[in-house]
Amino acid sequence: MSATARPFPEAAHDALRDAQLRSNLFVATQTIRDKRNQVVGELSDWEELREAGRAIKADVLANLDRYLLQFEQAVADAGGQVHWAADAGEANQVVLDVARAHGVTELVKVKSLTTDEIGLNAALEAGGVSAIETDLAELILQLGGDWSSHILVPAIHRNRTEIRDIFRATIADDALSDDPGELAEASRTYLRERFLTARMAVSGANFGVAETGTVCVVESEGNGRMCTTLPPVLVTILGIEKLIPSFADLEVFLQLLPRSSTGERMNPYTSLWTGVNAADGPQEFHVVLLDAGRTNALADTVGRQALHCIRCSACLNVCPVYSRTGGQAYGSIYPGPIGAILTPLLYGVEHAPTLPFASSLCGACYEVCPVKIDIPSVLLHLRAKAVESAGKPSLTMAAAGWLFGGRRRFAAAQRLGRLAQRPLIRAGKIRRLPPPLDAWTRTRDLRPLAGESFREWWERRG
Amino acid sequence: MRVALFITCISDSLTPEVGRSTVEVLERLGHEVVFPPEQTCCGQMHLNSGYREEADRLGERFMRIFDGFDTIVAPSSSCVGTMRELHPELHGRLFEFSELLVTRLGVTDVGASFPHRVAYHATCHSLRLTAIGDAPLRLLDAVAGLERVELSEERECCGFGGTFAIENADTSTAMVIDKCAEIAASGAGVVTAVDSSCLMQIGGRLSREGAAVRTMHLAEILNQTAA
Ligand code: SF4
Repeated sequence: MSATARPFPEAAHDALRDAQLRSNLFVATQTIRDKRNQVVGELSDWEELREAGRAIKADVLANLDRYLLQFEQAVADAGGQVHWAADAGEANQVVLDVARAHGVTELVKVKSLTTDEIGLNAALEAGGVSAIETDLAELILQLGGDWSSHILVPAIHRNRTEIRDIFRATIADDALSDDPGELAEASRTYLRERFLTARMAVSGANFGVAETGTVCVVESEGNGRMCTTLPPVLVTILGIEKLIPSFADLEVFLQLLPRSSTGERMNPYTSLWTGVNAADGPQEFHVVLLDAGRTNALADTVGRQALHCIRCSACLNVCPVYSRTGGQAYGSIYPGPIGAILTPLLYGVEHAPTLPFASSLCGACYEVCPVKIDIPSVLLHLRAKAVESAGKPSLTMAAAGWLFGGRRRFAAAQRLGRLAQRPLIRAGKIRRLPPPLDAWTRTRDLRPLAGESFREWWERRG
Repeated sequence: MRVALFITCISDSLTPEVGRSTVEVLERLGHEVVFPPEQTCCGQMHLNSGYREEADRLGERFMRIFDGFDTIVAPSSSCVGTMRELHPELHGRLFEFSELLVTRLGVTDVGASFPHRVAYHATCHSLRLTAIGDAPLRLLDAVAGLERVELSEERECCGFGGTFAIENADTSTAMVIDKCAEIAASGAGVVTAVDSSCLMQIGGRLSREGAAVRTMHLAEILNQTAA
């Protein structure tokens, strides 16, 4: 994550001026919203499923130490190797060491946010290993030198013509058109070659089953399965919050996830593997259990619930802020409402002080979240932490607090405001105010304070 | 019934007509309204800005001032929802205006008449925090002569969000511009809602755009009578 990311309002300002981005985003988020609403509406027990998802995740977080050890044992019993990584650097080093042990210089990757989070590709590159993204959208970004703007649809901000141009410049010739079929074929030709020659693959994971040591990856294209089955060596990076207690719990999440994310009843490919199997698939399997700030989040009793997240991206698609600014304004691998809480929880609110404020608190995210993360409440909690960590409380807020502290002060302030605003009123409206309130009047008029406040009317009425 | 009015700091200062209408509608229906004069603000602005201590202090102050009143009404779903969330004991005691009328008092026809095309904007907090359901729509549909039109993205935020409107002014503006376009497309002459704050945002933008559409709080519409 870029801890030195620009303040959200500044980055959003630029993003909002990109008309192409705005319209791509609008169409894409609107389409996914509608599909999600339709398939969620089909299930009469949706609320029960959400509650089950929440409860399972809450149990995992409350007993994480136990589940982690159980998972480690189960993976080892099934012939896999488990590594513990306290931070991104340690996790990347494990992958690099495995690659070196096998003399691998090129590996294939399953789409994975976690590996983006730890900056795996760059770390491998620096170590002389190139990582090829195999998810179509991730590939588009990688080839275009771009980065993700959406958890699930990373290239949501790119349209067909832009994709054609990226492919023409990298993996295809100038005859390529912007026909979706042709675009898919161009990527297929390129990727097939990579799958067949790669000797190592890296994946993230949607779920890790503590009971059995099974890893689960859910995807749409099947390219992930190519990675997890063809190359002889497989490394999975698993955020420690991704565990679920038992195999049976998948029943809940495999219903919640596809309906919330792609608006499908079932996702096209669900891959599950447990350790190694002599007859088939990779013959060497490593799991890296990654902390990288997760225990910080866990220690925050209000914010902890952010670790329930199953990365479905439903909250992004319904968010009125995200659907206008796009993901890159959040300056983090995790954008949108979940990013606005997860980023400060993982890295410390002082590294992302504007993110908890990047919300109108409309609550649409909480309403759709399949594991019931109360994002608005966590935002409020983090706002308080941000104010505290900044250490210089605003004078305006202090003054307002004092004014609201007594009826006489408040009424006096109303009268004073009435006098002060007089020179600013034109034709019954205020069209221009001094900073910081000019942020309002640059784009909106303001009603002046009323000539007679309600309380004055009430007193006069007797 | 004796009802204590919490006017909210915004309505008290900026839109006192909302408070007057709330009082007059309730009195017309035969209820007694009292106004505890010590009241100021519920503390939501501080809460939403990260000033938890001040917010708690103002919240406690509210609880003291309204102690002893069995039924409290406020013409704002946002303030009501926030207070109920912080002080769960207010459930069943503190009501948003339309909720009081429909759910508590069982009234939908308040005898109002308003022959205009009206679009109802469901504010986020009325939908998701206070969950007042269709109470405002039932009240509007009982108003004589009123023609109700729908907004295309009726569940979408107007972009107010308290200090968000200032701190993230560009995003807030992008949101309200879209909302105003929906309002224009609906053909409404009046747009209404149960929160003065959201109406301040929408009205401020409509005014800047020179639109002919007016904003009116639900209480004001319910206070329009034929005579
Ligand atoms: S916070 Fe909830 S809605 Fe958002 S991505 Fe995570 S699970 Fe999905």
